[in-house]
Amino acid sequence: MTQAMEVKTLRIDGVDVSARADQTILEAARENNIAIPTLCHLDGLSDVGACRLCLVEVAGTNRLFPSCVTRVEEGMQITTSTDRLQKYRRMTLELLFAERNHVCSVCVSNGACELQALGQSQGLTHIEFPYRFPQLPVDASHERFTLDHNRCILCTRCVRVCGEIEGAHTWDVMGRGEKARVITDLDQPWGTSESCTSCGKCVEVCPTGALFDKSDVGTRARKHPEFLTYLNEMRGGQS
Amino acid sequence: MISVEELDQIAETVRTERAQGRHQINVCVAAGCLALHSDTLKGALAERAQSSGISCQVRGVGCMGLCSAGPLVSVEPGAILFQKVKPEDADRVLDSLKAPPAKQHTDLRQTPFFKRQFNVVLENSGKIDPENIDEYIAEGGYRALFHALIEMTPAEVVQEVASSGLRGRGGGGYPTGLKWGTVAKAHGTIKYVICNADEGDPGAFMDRSVLESDPHRVLEGMTIAAYAVGASKGYIYVRAEYPLAVKRLERAIREARRLGFLGSKICGTTFEFDIEIRIGAGAFVCGEETALIASIEGMRGTPQPRPPYPAQSGLWEKPTLINNVETFANVPPIVRRSGAWYSAMGTPKSKGTKVFALTGQVKNTGLIEVPMGVTLREIVFDIGGGMPEGRKFKAVQTGGPSGGCIPEQCLDTRVDYESLKEVGSIMGSGGMIVIDDTSCMVNVARYFMEFCMSESCGKCIPCRAGTAQMYDILQRITRGQAGERDLELLIDLCDMVSATSLCGLGQTAPNPVISTLRYFKQEYLEHIHAKRCVAGECRMAATQAARS
Amino acid sequence: MQAPSRKPALPSEDKRWRIVNGTMRRHGYARDALIETLHTVQQSFGYLDKQSLKFVAASLHVPLSRAYGVATFYHFFTLKPPGKHACLVCLGTACYIKGAAALVAQAEKTLGIECGETTPDLKASLLTARCLGSCSLAPLVVYDGELIGNEDAVHLQGRLEGWMGS
Ligand SMILES: Cc1cc2nc3c(=O)[nH]c(=O)nc-3n(C[C@H](O)[C@H](O)[C@H](O)COP(=O)(O)O)c2cc1C
Ligand code: FES
Ligand code: FES
Repeated sequence: MTQAMEVKTLRIDGVDVSARADQTILEAARENNIAIPTLCHLDGLSDVGACRLCLVEVAGTNRLFPSCVTRVEEGMQITTSTDRLQKYRRMTLELLFAERNHVCSVCVSNGACELQALGQSQGLTHIEFPYRFPQLPVDASHERFTLDHNRCILCTRCVRVCGEIEGAHTWDVMGRGEKARVITDLDQPWGTSESCTSCGKCVEVCPTGALFDKSDVGTRARKHPEFLTYLNEMRGGQS
Repeated sequence: MISVEELDQIAETVRTERAQGRHQINVCVAAGCLALHSDTLKGALAERAQSSGISCQVRGVGCMGLCSAGPLVSVEPGAILFQKVKPEDADRVLDSLKAPPAKQHTDLRQTPFFKRQFNVVLENSGKIDPENIDEYIAEGGYRALFHALIEMTPAEVVQEVASSGLRGRGGGGYPTGLKWGTVAKAHGTIKYVICNADEGDPGAFMDRSVLESDPHRVLEGMTIAAYAVGASKGYIYVRAEYPLAVKRLERAIREARRLGFLGSKICGTTFEFDIEIRIGAGAFVCGEETALIASIEGMRGTPQPRPPYPAQSGLWEKPTLINNVETFANVPPIVRRSGAWYSAMGTPKSKGTKVFALTGQVKNTGLIEVPMGVTLREIVFDIGGGMPEGRKFKAVQTGGPSGGCIPEQCLDTRVDYESLKEVGSIMGSGGMIVIDDTSCMVNVARYFMEFCMSESCGKCIPCRAGTAQMYDILQRITRGQAGERDLELLIDLCDMVSATSLCGLGQTAPNPVISTLRYFKQEYLEHIHAKRCVAGECRMAATQAARS
Repeated sequence: MQAPSRKPALPSEDKRWRIVNGTMRRHGYARDALIETLHTVQQSFGYLDKQSLKFVAASLHVPLSRAYGVATFYHFFTLKPPGKHACLVCLGTACYIKGAAALVAQAEKTLGIECGETTPDLKASLLTARCLGSCSLAPLVVYDGELIGNEDAVHLQGRLEGWMGS
């Protein structure tokens, strides 16, 4: 879209803001320093609206809207943090923690994990739901990286970065529902993948310790997803 | 290209043939009766007729509705219906052509099962040979298409459908005219029409029956829709479990192309439209429109957030009209007769008729079509004939995994979108399953949750992980291993999963739990506190300590 | 779009690959023909193995992981060779209300396997379906494509024992 962009005015948490018509509620909020928690969203990748943490309330409807994929509209009145939303966000995180085997104390990303950080910022004190303890494998066949399904939250950032930015499409999701898992090629050991370029982008965008660089073990290494915005700019993309 | 006159001629020929005093023996060859080997029966009848020199025509026709009494055979003229016919009965059926029928075959059409019904969508079902386009034409088929293409503008067609008050029969009940109007107005030269024949609700077979009994009706409805919205390409997405429907559709499409009802220069005008069949691969979520579109594009059937709605950006990001089979099947009669005629039936907000698949613990099971506004009691006890010997009514389930269980005290509820919602269920696509007192309602809820859990695409967290937790809780309750706290968690999850899930699957997955909690909470409490299942269906693990 | 590149060679002389290729050709080797093509592979070979997935993915220019993701998303596709016989029990609501769970239990017991599995001697597979659309005949079992309505556990056991004995 290159036509002159229309500007919309709306209200987020009582603050009047203006935004371009093609912006999402999330973008408008962040430009105005209003924080909305996100997990599947990552600047520089397409959005899927899957984690549901960024849901906000819009006056006039009972429906909740994922702010990462909802475009701004004239006169919208948005609330980003009500008791109801906070409760849902906590439950969403609890569901994630109970779904697989997240043991922070032994995780490479301990202290540098987005899921852990969200748990803290959303005031999660304990998990109400029984842990489901699925039996999941770890794939350490790649010479540099490891995939630990126990820590995967299926945000599909790795799938998107690999397909959209690297162009390899090594990753995808197999199965469905609670049995869904990320895979490389034909669900084969990562080290044997023919399409993987070993670029490491997937590792950098992974919000948890599900994908990690073997040399980072024990270092509490942070990941650097910021490269994406840079890459997109250099390539003339939109971000 | 065929003209209106030629259409008349075809109709005339079929009618004269029928009027030649020859009897017709109609054998149902829709899936239900076919499963009871009605094809063998048809062969036997034809053979006996020939060898005994009786002049009659033995035809295969579509579903007659009373599937539980199949294989069904009807004899015309005379409108006599024979039930549970075996090949050995061939002579008896043939004898009825000469003499009045034997007592045990008295006219079933006079029974409440048939008399209480009113057929619009099913008007030809069981009467015409679904594999012969001429028979559809003889019943007035493709008249509506001519009428629309030659005498109406696209906007007028949209208007006619809007004035009928028709609402989507796929479950959502969205006004069809409104949807058509949106697609018609959407920008773009390439638009698509999709017929949703995924029919994923277990216990529902309305769409299957329509496709197998009267496929041209759906093609005609789609073509009229395409004209109204400006589309040139259509897809029918049929579930893989329906091979017979696919076969009949393929044949129908070929015949429609041959007569110029599909392809270019349709009915001699400049309008072009063609239809392709796409076969599903066993994923309930693909009934959801954005997932269905992803599946046609050859991808995993995961839903996308809406907006954008398919009407603006659907298949290959083009404006796309997507309607259910039954919705399209209602269109030809609306265009032929008028929107006003249609809207005279039904209730103020729910017009026309609805087809239901009546099954479960009830005497007459099968396919029925009733005007909107009849009560559930009339359906279950008059049309359905009530409970089988020794069974006691407990609930009727509508709307499949997105619906709810309606108890005895609500049986006088009228069948329309709003009333069913008020009592905690939904119209859904038309599955109606009667449940008796040998079924445990907690277990029914568990059954549907298991369904939603394993059919969840896994994309969004509330649906993927939330249904799994809810299933675990329900499993614990039915095993007598749950405590009070589990029930609280379950209720919290119902609220959270329905409010936060990405698509309709997750948003409605808690409905069976919510509705059984509303009417049968006592059963939940007994499982939890007394470790007892009144229906005797759940086996309790006596010694396990409950989570408190 | 890239310039059309070379199509991979058929994996073997087996005539069935030509049928598979035919489906892809009919769809102009478009990516969206993936599901249609997998249907053809399964019809021709009984199941999808890695070789066929690779061939189809390469022919349609679909990433391997996507082909695998699609093949495992849909219930209808199976990645393991099926048994000689197949017993399919409907677990749709109407069938469930009329006792399909007991039929599944009986089938599991008789065959000694769980739903979705095949006996080690590849004699029989046990499958379930979500409503076959013939609910008036519930409960429903399909034996090698032959649909039996109002099925009961005794008859089911007889059929399955017949298979296992043969
Ligand atoms: C999980 C899910 C499953 C659905 N399954 C079907 C289906 O099998 N058939 C159908 O027509 N609509 C189904 N729908 C509704 C469709 O998304 C869509 O609303 C419908 O096809 C629109 O047609 P209508 O307006 O004519 O009803 C389903 C929706 C959801 C959320
Ligand atoms: S960030 Fe919007 S849904 Fe995940
Ligand atoms: S529920 Fe078994 S055929 Fe419909």
